[in-house]
Amino acid sequence: MELKKSLQIINELGLHARSAAKIVGLAKAHQAKLYLKKGEKEVDGSSILSLLSLSCPQGTEVEARADGADAESLLQALTELFERKFDEGR
Amino acid sequence: MEPMTAHQLKGIAVSPGIIIGKARLVDRSRIKIFYKYLLDEKQARQEVQRFDSALQATKEQIRSLKNGMPDQIKQHAFILDAQLMIIDDSMFGEATVNTIVQEKINAEWALQKSIHNIHQLFEQVKDDYIHERITDVDYVAERVLRNLTGKEVEDLTEIRERVIIVAHELSPADTTAIDVGKILGFITDVGGQTSHTSILARSLKIPAVVGLETATQQIQDGILLIVDGNNGEVLIDPDDELIIQYQEKQLQQERYQSRIAKISHLPATTKDSHRIITKANIEFLDEVREAREHGAEGVGLYRTEYLYMTSKEIPSEEELFEDYRQVAKNMAPAQVTFRTLDIGGEKFMPQLAANKGLNPALGLRAIRFCLREPKIFKTQLRAILRASIYGKIELMFPMIADLQEVFQAKAILNEVMAELDDRKIKYQQDIKVGVMIEVPSAVAIADILAKQVDFFSIGTNDLIQYALAIDRANEHVAYMYQPFHPAILRMIRQVVQAGQKAGIRVAICGEMAADPLCTYILLGMGFKELSMNFGGLPIIKELIRSLSYKEAQADLKRILKLDTADKVQEFVLKRISSIMPDIGRRSYIH
Repeated sequence: MELKKSLQIINELGLHARSAAKIVGLAKAHQAKLYLKKGEKEVDGSSILSLLSLSCPQGTEVEARADGADAESLLQALTELFERKFDEGR
Repeated sequence: MEPMTAHQLKGIAVSPGIIIGKARLVDRSRIKIFYKYLLDEKQARQEVQRFDSALQATKEQIRSLKNGMPDQIKQHAFILDAQLMIIDDSMFGEATVNTIVQEKINAEWALQKSIHNIHQLFEQVKDDYIHERITDVDYVAERVLRNLTGKEVEDLTEIRERVIIVAHELSPADTTAIDVGKILGFITDVGGQTSHTSILARSLKIPAVVGLETATQQIQDGILLIVDGNNGEVLIDPDDELIIQYQEKQLQQERYQSRIAKISHLPATTKDSHRIITKANIEFLDEVREAREHGAEGVGLYRTEYLYMTSKEIPSEEELFEDYRQVAKNMAPAQVTFRTLDIGGEKFMPQLAANKGLNPALGLRAIRFCLREPKIFKTQLRAILRASIYGKIELMFPMIADLQEVFQAKAILNEVMAELDDRKIKYQQDIKVGVMIEVPSAVAIADILAKQVDFFSIGTNDLIQYALAIDRANEHVAYMYQPFHPAILRMIRQVVQAGQKAGIRVAICGEMAADPLCTYILLGMGFKELSMNFGGLPIIKELIRSLSYKEAQADLKRILKLDTADKVQEFVLKRISSIMPDIGRRSYIH
């Protein structure tokens, strides 16, 4: 099963090492493969380096794509993580 | 007129002599990578395995860093988490494995390619913060490379011209790689009198200054240096006038040295006919010849670590035996005192390296390690015993802190002897067994220990370190390494008296024995045997010939009443300077 979802990075610091690490954590906890796309560039969501190289400051729109049996719960968890501002409080 | 100019650094003079030469900066942070094509699938598989274990080791190291973090900075632990993620990142590990397999190249090369790709990926990133993260990648890569290469650093074997080595610090592994014939002198940022570089420099008789703190930052590769190993001065880029002045000094010293060397074979007998046996401390076989040439009347300390340090595997009994046999034979009929393995257990057991801790000197090493690993210990004892019939050999156990250790070590020795008897292998049946006195507890129970052994040898380097609680590798406290400390003098005296009472020989084999000022005190204490790095033998023998035993004994009483190290030094310096004006400044204690 492949699912896509648009997400916005709303935390103040944007996608940096700590937040990217949390995405990697989610991706590794699921069987489905995760990809994040910004503009034309799509990267492996389980690679912290690839995620960082997307360079996503606050306000960036990304498209998450999940491919695998638990794609739905992966995207659900990812959405919540983004909405919780990666638990950074701002 | 312009004053003579040169930028000057001041450190600890650890090996005398003046040298003028070019600097060779040894950069310890950079790792040299070698490139290699692999022949076939099998090699590639092995290489992948090698890479994987380096990755695992790196992870372990980062995890233990994380666990060891003090609570106040725990919030930064995520940096280490990010590093662990980098290792697990497909662009890092997986990509490297793929490159090894597909391109059939070695792990270092493949890793370098992965790092290059990651750099390229980050190049387009404008965000400074994210750009910075590339340093995490480089840091992790560096760690992996170190694990891959077994922490090998810059290849010192490549040094072709005669240079002065400038380094932060040098490990035994580094110095064994150097063609010592090419080295004019050593200067290092850290270290003290008894750090490895210092001891090596003295045995090579080349000048060395350590504890300069910023030498590697201030000295550029290839620049001209003057190193004065007598007073600890290093002059950077000196002008002609200074060079001429130092060349003159250099010449005077060489003349003095060669005069001394000519009479080094004469016995060390005081003016009032008190005979002192002077022996050499050696580290490897090649030094036997030089020890003899310098007038050694035996080897008072054969440090047996060399063969263990230089090979990845534990050396075999045959390998050890061959080395020991030659040392015994080349020194015969003079005696060789073999000190059994004095090494940290982490050398053999990687699992010990992790908890090597802040105080390796207090850890599982020397006799403690040998008693815990009797197999390794027995192999060495068998090799020594078998070599004993080729010369005159004694055995000495290092770092004894407790009577029980003596009993245990002797029990193991007896087992080995019984085995050899069974196999009808010959050895010196009446081999003498002694202990190093270098732990303060051994000093306190010297009278008890004296009843169980044939001789004592005081290892002053460690004794001073343990008694004064000084980490001798720590440049910030190195100044407190004080052989003249009244506590040290009292301890040494206590050991000598315990030995005399029990009727056993007491020798000294620390660096103190090679210091002219200390010699006077040791003579007064009643030592009949001094063992030192052979470079010091000619001068010390010459000094002893100019001294009076009776006066030294009388002065010792006065010295023991002095209450600080400074006063002791001042007293002895005055005495010695009046006898041999040139010699006081040869003391390494400042």
